[in-house]
Amino acid sequence: MKRITLLAFIVSFIIAFLVSNNLSAAAGSPCGHYLSEESMIEGQCDSAQVDPTDIPSLQRGAQIYMNYCLGCHSLKYARYKRVSEDLGIPLDMFQENLIFGDQKIGELMHIGMDSKEAKTWFGNTPPDLTLEAGLRGTDWIYTYLKSFYIDHSRPLGVNNKVYENVGMPNVLIHLQGDQYSVCKQVSMIAYNGGIKQDPLSGKQLKEEKCGFLEVQKGTGTLNKEEFDQSMRDLTNFLGYMTDPMKKERESIGVYVLLYLFIFTILSYLLYIEFKKDLH
Amino acid sequence: MITKIMNWFDDRLPITATLERHLTKYPAPINMNIWYLAGVLLVVVLVIQLLSGIWLLMNYEATAEGAFASIQYIMRDVEYGYIIRYMHTTGASAFFALIYLHMFRGMMYGSYQKPRELLWVVGWLTYLLLCMLGFTGYVLPWGQMSFWAAQVIMSLFGSIPYFGEDLLTWIRGDYLISGITLNRLFALHVVLLPLALIVVIFVHILALHEVGSNNPDGVDVKKFKDKDGVPLDTKPFFPYDVMHDLYAIGVFLIFFCTIMFFYPDGGGYVIEYVNYEPADNLKTPDHIIPAWYYTPYYAMLRAITFPLFGLSAKFLGFVVMAAGIAIFVALPWLDRSSVKSIKYKGIYSKVFLVLFVISFFVLGYLGSVAPSPIRTAVAQFFTATYFAYFLLMPIYSKYERCKPVPDRVQLS
Repeated sequence: MKRITLLAFIVSFIIAFLVSNNLSAAAGSPCGHYLSEESMIEGQCDSAQVDPTDIPSLQRGAQIYMNYCLGCHSLKYARYKRVSEDLGIPLDMFQENLIFGDQKIGELMHIGMDSKEAKTWFGNTPPDLTLEAGLRGTDWIYTYLKSFYIDHSRPLGVNNKVYENVGMPNVLIHLQGDQYSVCKQVSMIAYNGGIKQDPLSGKQLKEEKCGFLEVQKGTGTLNKEEFDQSMRDLTNFLGYMTDPMKKERESIGVYVLLYLFIFTILSYLLYIEFKKDLH
Repeated sequence: MITKIMNWFDDRLPITATLERHLTKYPAPINMNIWYLAGVLLVVVLVIQLLSGIWLLMNYEATAEGAFASIQYIMRDVEYGYIIRYMHTTGASAFFALIYLHMFRGMMYGSYQKPRELLWVVGWLTYLLLCMLGFTGYVLPWGQMSFWAAQVIMSLFGSIPYFGEDLLTWIRGDYLISGITLNRLFALHVVLLPLALIVVIFVHILALHEVGSNNPDGVDVKKFKDKDGVPLDTKPFFPYDVMHDLYAIGVFLIFFCTIMFFYPDGGGYVIEYVNYEPADNLKTPDHIIPAWYYTPYYAMLRAITFPLFGLSAKFLGFVVMAAGIAIFVALPWLDRSSVKSIKYKGIYSKVFLVLFVISFFVLGYLGSVAPSPIRTAVAQFFTATYFAYFLLMPIYSKYERCKPVPDRVQLS
């Protein structure tokens, strides 16, 4: 028994280690040149804090996706009907408001854009996004969506801090407004991690740092909080897209484990009973 | 009546005798410990893999155009298809985790020594088949990592001098990895290799029951028998081992199902994130990393960075990697020790075994991260210590001082 417990500890340690380790392709400095005033670490993504059980958020995300994204980015492994059922949107309402072509509710979410032509327009075919959250992680998507800024040197007039020189136009620009990459006076960081002060006057020392993103006021229809929330909803929807059966899977899993616990306890008692014969 | 029916069958087919010999009355040493559970759990995983594999096969499409989409079809549209697939992916990792534990048990207690040499060789064959099954199976989802892992591993054959390139084309069936390659790997993965695996495992169990199980003391339990000819320090497989194993299977399945239902991609180890993207022969991923169970050997492959005797570094790396897998088979003849179990072996055996385990884990880690000059140097060092365990064994196992081995098994 003592050994079994020891083994259990070892195995759980290994599992914890595996789960905590992030092998995503985006590991390292996952978010390119993105720099936020909160973290001050270049390349660190903002946390998306998505909640796949938040149905209203998923519904809003689906609405944004169907309106702004589905023109170019298919979800070709998933079906409209499944989304409508999982997100609690009545079929007829979904059909009327969220399917814009003549597609049927049971179909996969293909798009009409020709991929070869798309390549000549954007330099690359816009990828299918069904599994994007699995590939990049939700934090990456969330940060990416917020990181477009005006850059007149680019063919489409915008660039992105997370994915430099991306071929995608900023389709959400009228919501967010005109965002620019700016320089700011920020506090200098001392060796001990605190704010560096002038040893004589005790004044906090400042330095100029570039690469921060700032929206020009009054240019977008949403304010910062509203826009961030919208992108969180959209990211949540993409997270759901990658793993639509997560909720069902985990609820089945609970019953399976309960059954196994009872089975294991009973088989342990049986084992103990038979073991008595041996000594 | 029942006895009569059984007798009728037994006269024509040795049903009762076979069951008694291999299951109910098989004498298992009484001092077997937790390490001996890996064997029975491997059989459980084999069954899981065979069953889930058959159900996956009902919906999988083995073409370069349709493979990736058919996996998503299984995940989304097939009823409980995601459970079947996660069962198979988790099972693959469990298979390797358990076979490594099983092999380590054999190395620790000298289970490969006389008279179990053939048992060990056949067991090594199952490991080899499992490696091939893992590789061929990994390609089938046709994601980016499937494609590029296949590209890297298959290109190794191209590094063989003189006929390498021709051999490579012959193996791939094309001038690059394509649908044709996918089809042949599919055929191997679902027909030839599982068939061979089942036969080899059957022979492995047959051989085990001929020579009998080893035990942590490495003593021969058959030396002392009772008046019925049953070895004294053993217990019948049924009911004692069956009850014991049932309990172990319960504990194992709790871990298995926790991963399967709650962490199906295992933090990127069970299913690699890069494989969420369909295969694209024009776009190479930043880092090509094999599944975790091959990473020690992948690290060995990358550790060889220098050409030697006119042979390319890539070819030498391939040779070292293959040798790393193959060298296990030589263990029965490398070990010159008079005792079996590590409990009674001398200090050198213990040190080298620990060194081997450390090398295995460090190489496993190094194979899963991007290479750098320092990491390559570390990989070279540990590749050397990995092989030192095997190649120096004839010397250190022969000349070290061992402890006296008791006649009968010891119960702690």
